[in-house]
Amino acid sequence: MIYREAGQFKTSYKADMAKFPILQDRIAIWIYLVIAFVFIPLFGSDFFINSMMIPFLIFALAAIGLNVLTGYTGQISLGTGAFMGVGAYACYKLTTYFPDVNIILLVLASGIFSAAIGMVFGLPSLRIKGFYLVVTTLAAQFFLEWVFIRVAWLYNYNDSGAIEVPQREAFGFIVTGPSADPSVRYLVVLSIVVLITWLTSNLLRGHTGRSWMMIRDMDIAAELVGVRPLKAKLSSFALSSYIAGVAGAMFVFFWLGAAEVESFDVNHSFLILFMVIIGGLGSLLGSFLGAAFIWMLPIVIRAVPRVLGLDINASTVEQLNFVILGALIITFLIIEPHGLARLWAIAKQKLRIWPFPY
Amino acid sequence: MDWLYNIVIDPFVQMAATPDFLLQVLWEGFVTGTLYALIALGYVLIFKASGVFNFAQGIMVVFAALSLVGFYEAGVPAWLALILALGVMGILAVGTERLVLRHMVNQDEIILFMATIGLSYFLIGAGELIFGGETKSMITTELGLPTGSTVIDVAGGILILQHIDIAAAVIAGILVAALAFFFSKTRIGRALRAVADDHQAALSVGISLNQIWAVVWFAAGIVALATGIMWGARSDVSFALQIVALKALPVLILGGFTSIPGAIIGGLIIGMGEKLFEVYWGSLMGGGVEGWFAYVLALIFLLFRPQGLFGEKIIERV
Repeated sequence: MIYREAGQFKTSYKADMAKFPILQDRIAIWIYLVIAFVFIPLFGSDFFINSMMIPFLIFALAAIGLNVLTGYTGQISLGTGAFMGVGAYACYKLTTYFPDVNIILLVLASGIFSAAIGMVFGLPSLRIKGFYLVVTTLAAQFFLEWVFIRVAWLYNYNDSGAIEVPQREAFGFIVTGPSADPSVRYLVVLSIVVLITWLTSNLLRGHTGRSWMMIRDMDIAAELVGVRPLKAKLSSFALSSYIAGVAGAMFVFFWLGAAEVESFDVNHSFLILFMVIIGGLGSLLGSFLGAAFIWMLPIVIRAVPRVLGLDINASTVEQLNFVILGALIITFLIIEPHGLARLWAIAKQKLRIWPFPY
Repeated sequence: MDWLYNIVIDPFVQMAATPDFLLQVLWEGFVTGTLYALIALGYVLIFKASGVFNFAQGIMVVFAALSLVGFYEAGVPAWLALILALGVMGILAVGTERLVLRHMVNQDEIILFMATIGLSYFLIGAGELIFGGETKSMITTELGLPTGSTVIDVAGGILILQHIDIAAAVIAGILVAALAFFFSKTRIGRALRAVADDHQAALSVGISLNQIWAVVWFAAGIVALATGIMWGARSDVSFALQIVALKALPVLILGGFTSIPGAIIGGLIIGMGEKLFEVYWGSLMGGGVEGWFAYVLALIFLLFRPQGLFGEKIIERV
């Protein structure tokens, strides 16, 4: 980031309001996109794509969903896992009834169901906030988990109680099911994630996003200056659950291949909340950084003893994983409570004026 | 109208037909409720004094029970193991204050909440690393807790009371009374209430926040140890308790985050309510409703009374 934006003058409102007003940022984002869309599918190994990139992108999307609600609207939620589940089961039912419809459309449509359910469980947020809201979202989490087990219709009455992803094609490629190529699945996931991230970032810059942030910063004051809390909070719940639902559908259809209720338990809700907090509340970039950190870290920790040639058994590594993750979370919160995104911003600022201290 | 009958009338007919069974269900609910109340009590203690919602309370329960059993298995006599386990909770309290809380003064409550989730991850990992991941059984008899059961004749039937359950209820009662005494009569207790009221004002009259936090986390640790013993005596000591500990949240909602009697009564309502609902209404919905009943009850309750049964009225200003 050692660059100067000196000499780049904005001569129109359009240029001033552009998403990436600085030329170098625009170049950088194109480079990232080219790497993500071209180089990784071409040169990445199946392991790298399948167990790192795909889950990273899906979790990043789920984290964006939670960030809309928690980071931008200030409503804490521990129900993300269940809303992801709603998306996954909805997609499964949709593709059962409409096997010929393009699966990507169905994934995008399944978010609508989780948005509707998210709005229902968001209703209490009109009266309560903070930790009280945590409980209502936990109610959503546990109630929906129960529904996923008890309502056999959701998994087509099969004996295992799990949803098995059928093979589906889109644009002539097999995109779901066991025989789908990891690169194809990766590209589908990446496209959806980029699309939703772009749409969300635009929404956040506009009237809707600003009304959310006003609610977050001080809800009574926002109400006094004419933001309708009902509309703002429920729309935030709806978008957040929509994104979580799409992420959940992708989670099962493009990554897991089969899922039971355990895939959507409260631990996943925690995991995604971690990603949001570690990455940075109220930052889209932070959602990606947080997801990368939380998802990649255990993989790195697991690899360390093997690289060093230490003979530690798998369960010990798993426990060490917990210890290190917990310690790192606390350390991060102490060093920079606003997350990786803020650290990144500070680093960028320092580099911008380098070699001068200020 | 059949389903309406099943929901509205049939359960009550069943209750009236077998009152002894109803009493048994209520008793079971009462005992579970005591445990919920004890977990909730740990939350309330810390929330009152430091405004931190300590997510790690559930893990602290497991950790305390595990270290108790761990010491015993290492060949230490039961009474010494109990003292050593208390010592572990003390070290944990001081350590948390030194390493975590002290550095996070003046942060948002969600950041502090997240830190305690980090703490609970740390404790899960450390606990499994030190004591092993398998479930253990609590050293009930070695601690001198009663076993066996009493059968009482009531209302044309029998009621079976496990002695350990009675002991749990009695110990919970003693614990609450001791805490109430500690809060209202001792010097540290008064300082604690002052801190709960206003951090800055408390600091300005010379109360050490750091000391108070360590004390209150230790008190929560003692409560956790008592809870761990009781819980372990009823089932096994395992990390599955973590999910159960989350049930303390709806309990706190009912009782209010800052009220000790609220935590007790909330715990009993949730415990008895969910047992009744499971037994008499659960079968209509396919069973397993215990998992979410508490949360949904809290959700509905919140819509009508956001501050809880005993919480102070929430007044907001811009």
